[in-house]
Amino acid sequence: MADRKTLTFALMDPPFESARTTTALRLIDIAARRGYDIHVFAYEGAVCMPFSRQAPHPNAVHGHDVEEENHPLPKDWEAALMQEAKKNGGSLDWVNCGLCVDERGVGEAIEGVRRGTPGDMVSMAGESDNTLVIGTR
Amino acid sequence: MSKYLLIESRDPYESGDVGNYFELAQGLAREGNDVTLFLVQNGVLSARSGASSAALDDAIKAGIEILADDFSLRERAIDASALKAGVKSSPLDVVVDGLADGCKTIWH
Amino acid sequence: MKILQVIESAYRATQEEQDDTIVWISHAMKGAGAELNVLLRGNAVNYAVDGQDASGLSFGDWRQTQPPDLARDVSGLVGKGVEVYIDQEDLAERGLEGAKLVDGLKPIARVDIPSLFDAHDQIWHW
Repeated sequence: MADRKTLTFALMDPPFESARTTTALRLIDIAARRGYDIHVFAYEGAVCMPFSRQAPHPNAVHGHDVEEENHPLPKDWEAALMQEAKKNGGSLDWVNCGLCVDERGVGEAIEGVRRGTPGDMVSMAGESDNTLVIGTR
Repeated sequence: MSKYLLIESRDPYESGDVGNYFELAQGLAREGNDVTLFLVQNGVLSARSGASSAALDDAIKAGIEILADDFSLRERAIDASALKAGVKSSPLDVVVDGLADGCKTIWH
Repeated sequence: MKILQVIESAYRATQEEQDDTIVWISHAMKGAGAELNVLLRGNAVNYAVDGQDASGLSFGDWRQTQPPDLARDVSGLVGKGVEVYIDQEDLAERGLEGAKLVDGLKPIARVDIPSLFDAHDQIWHW
C-alpha cells in the first residue's frame, strides 16, 4: 500500500460546464482509493459541485426516462468519494469558499462539506504534501 | 534540480497559449530540471500522429517525457498506437504519483 | 512555503465579481499569512495598464456602484510586499511595450520564467 499522503486540490469550475470537473474528481478518486487525506478548496463556481438540490432528469432525445438516463450528479460523486476515502483509511475534507456560496445562493450542500475562507486554503496547503490548483477559463 | 509535472488540458487549435506552455516545459528542462508533460482532455488532440502542432513536435524533439491520459485518448478515439512518436499513453495515476512525490505540479 | 500565483486569463466575470477573483484571493491569502508572489501572463498583463475604466454598467434601474479596478488591485498587491512579475513578451504581443503600467512591477523575460519557477516551492496556475 502506498504511503499515506495529504494532498490539497483547489477547484473553480461549476458542474456541467467543463471537463476539468470530471478530471479533478478522477484525480481525487485515485487519491481516495490510496487512502490519502484529501483537502478540497472549492472556489467560485466549484462551490456548486456539492449543492444538495441537484436533481436528475429524463432524456427525450435518447428516449430515456429518469431512471434509464441515470443522469450523473456531481453531488453524488463527491459523496461517493468521501465514502471511498474513509473506506481506505483516509479522508476527504471539502471546503466551500463562503463568499462564493453566498453570491450563488448554494448554501445547501451535502453532508461533509463545510464553509470556509481563503485562509483555509492557506492552512490546508501548508499541511499538505502537495497542492494542485485547477483554475477555470 | 526540481521535478516538474506540467499538465496541459487544452489544445493549440483553440488556445493560443498552449505553445508557450510547451516552451516553458523545454525551458525548465534546459535548466536541468526533470520535466514531464502530461496531456489530458483536449490536450491529447495534438498528440495524434499527423496532427499539426509545431510546439508539441518541438517538445518531443527536445526529449521531454510526454504522456497522454488513456481515458482522454479513448474518449477521442485516439488509439495508443496512433500517437506521435515520443508520446505515450498513460493512466491518470501518474499525476497523483507526481503529487505524492513532491513534483511541482502545474495545471494549464 | 513560497508560492507563485500565475494569473493568465483575464476579464473573466470581473463585472459580476467586482474583482479579478485570483488577484482578490491573492490579497486574501497574503492577509492570511501566505508567502506568495504573482506572475501576470497572457491577457492578464493588461491588468497592469493604467487608465482602465470599467464603470457605467447598468441594467434597467440597476447601476453598478463598485466597478472593478484591476490596476488598483494589482498595485495593492505591490503595496503589500508581493512581488508582481509581468511577462515582457506578452506585453509586447499586445502592443503594450512602453505603455504606462502601475508602479513597482517586475518585468520578466519569458526565458527567465523557469528560474522564477525554481525560486518558488509551489506554482499555483489559476
